Amino acid sequence: MPETNIPYAIRAYGPDELREALKKMHLIRKFEEGAEECYIRGLIHGTMHLSIGQEASAVGSCISLSDDDMITSTHRGHGHCIAKNADVGRMFAEFFGKETGYCRGRGGSMHIADFQKGNLGANGIVGGGLPLAVGAALSAKRLGTGAVAVCFFGDGANNEGAFHEALNMAAIWKLPVVFVCENNKYGMSTSTERSTAVRQISDRAAAYAMPGLTVDGNDFSAVAEAVDSAVARARDGGGPSLVENLTYRWRGHSKSDRNRYRTRKEVAEWVERDPIRQTAELLVAHRVMDEAEAASVEAEAATAVAEAIEFAASSPAPKPHEATRYVYTEEALA
Amino acid sequence: MTAEATLEPRELSYAGAIFEAMDIALERDERVVLMGEDIGVYGGAFQVTGDLIHKYGPERVIDTPISELGGAGVAVGAALTGLRPIFEFQFSDFAALAMEQIVNQAAKLRFMLGGAVSVPVVMRFPAGSGTGAAAQHSQSIEAWLGHVPGLKVVQPSTPEDAKGLLLAALEDPDPVMIFEHKLLYKSKGAVPEGHYTTPVGRAAVRRTGKDLTIVATSLMVHKALAAASELADDGIDAEVIDLRTVRPMDRATVLESVRNTGRLLCVYEGVKTLGVGAEVSAMVAESDAFDFLDAPILRLGGAESPIPYSPELEKAVVPQVAGIVAAGRDLAEGRR
Repeated sequence: MPETNIPYAIRAYGPDELREALKKMHLIRKFEEGAEECYIRGLIHGTMHLSIGQEASAVGSCISLSDDDMITSTHRGHGHCIAKNADVGRMFAEFFGKETGYCRGRGGSMHIADFQKGNLGANGIVGGGLPLAVGAALSAKRLGTGAVAVCFFGDGANNEGAFHEALNMAAIWKLPVVFVCENNKYGMSTSTERSTAVRQISDRAAAYAMPGLTVDGNDFSAVAEAVDSAVARARDGGGPSLVENLTYRWRGHSKSDRNRYRTRKEVAEWVERDPIRQTAELLVAHRVMDEAEAASVEAEAATAVAEAIEFAASSPAPKPHEATRYVYTEEALA
Repeated sequence: MTAEATLEPRELSYAGAIFEAMDIALERDERVVLMGEDIGVYGGAFQVTGDLIHKYGPERVIDTPISELGGAGVAVGAALTGLRPIFEFQFSDFAALAMEQIVNQAAKLRFMLGGAVSVPVVMRFPAGSGTGAAAQHSQSIEAWLGHVPGLKVVQPSTPEDAKGLLLAALEDPDPVMIFEHKLLYKSKGAVPEGHYTTPVGRAAVRRTGKDLTIVATSLMVHKALAAASELADDGIDAEVIDLRTVRPMDRATVLESVRNTGRLLCVYEGVKTLGVGAEVSAMVAESDAFDFLDAPILRLGGAESPIPYSPELEKAVVPQVAGIVAAGRDLAEGRR
């Protein structure tokens, strides 16, 4: 096969990296299925926003990043955490509200962060992470670290003022940030057709004089190609870009979603386009691994998630007398 | 005050003291950057940043677009990742545009992440009425932000404290919101040279007295001191406490004073209801100092209205010296 006909991911990454990418996608899926099951069994309270069906977007966007590169994430952020090398045990412990969780049980599903790995955190406010990512890019440029910030947000955030202010500032200051819009077609129940004036969210890049590209967000290789190129451009001082990954969440917005705004047919069509199955097929077709190996990658992920749930369930809860710790750095003030 | 400052104090304006603090901070620490609208060659809406851009360049004295939400958020993100930003709002009223980043992000990130990070951002807010700028450029909103755990909120009333609290804020690992009264910018006072800090969370007794405690904030400290002089002519000896920090509040200094005087008058420019003085009053009422009170607690705060434009009306909606004198006299002479 001529080199140009080989998909980008196969050309750009070695077998170990690709195996790891597939494993992370399985980890995300199993993590969220596990979370859902724990919720149904009453082990987790509160709510959760699942990204099942969007795994290629998270993993493809992060594959070229080092621990020094930073991401900001969203309320639908489990995939981003795992893509940025989070430990699923500590993630589950946070979900369970345990002291061993990433936030010692203070944040829950919507606030998992891991600064050691460059994950500046999920965010409960739609659009909240956009200015933070620009600030992180400002630090990187000013301090000369060479790091890039990748800012995840959903289609819903593209109508927040913070989106427009953040993109404008990133562009005028030519900062090393890549805006990755995960367009799953609905901001809660409202479709992008009804909420957004432009046909494609990437069209909005033109307003801020930056490159804008829309890709199939369920195609791991296409996502990696688009984001890698934007990251390289940012790292070389070329400034920000906007990449729109078209994808779909198989589940509802959150646990309260009765799914009245989408048809079963539409959901089924997207389930047919399962990004994990497509990635596994890609790797097998290009002899990165055989089918048995692909199955064992999935089994490893399942084991890791089972162990993570066990760790979380057996971890200690935070102590009520410490409920107001961590408000201030000098705790006497709390 | 810490000891690094050595030379004799000289007179500086409040704005000049803040300028000097920023100059020192930029000189001492490469991580410090200034951000805000028109803070570069324009020198800031109130000329506080002056010509710092010429000394430190546009990479460190950063003019932002008119984007308060985004700009404040960029400052928070930069603070999370190694810089020490000082973000200037043109008017404190515009904090309303940035509340998301101040309240949901800056204030809560450390807590939500279980103590994994600190957010060392400093925000400066030109505040208060008296400039004829009407209802959207004259508010005193320190109680809005003072209500948010995770923030620290200070209101310097003197040039010395304006410099010392800004330098302290920069050394503080947590977000510090500084409310600067616009009518104080031109006021003068002794300011030590060099680097020093005024501790956040500590009130200052500006005048000692035995008959009455007046707890005041910002510009009202000066009005309270003027009122105390008039009261002294009547033989009433008022103690004046400059609260300086709204959150965390200096409980010890206030309670000690009330135990000594037995009377409390709170004077603040923000809207009276649910304001800073309400908290001071409740703090005293809930403490053992309550047993020392010889009269009900009184509050003089802003009227229950937006700030009007007409000079006559504008003066009428915030406490003035005559009102403080009258209230002090009523309290001391047992008419309340």
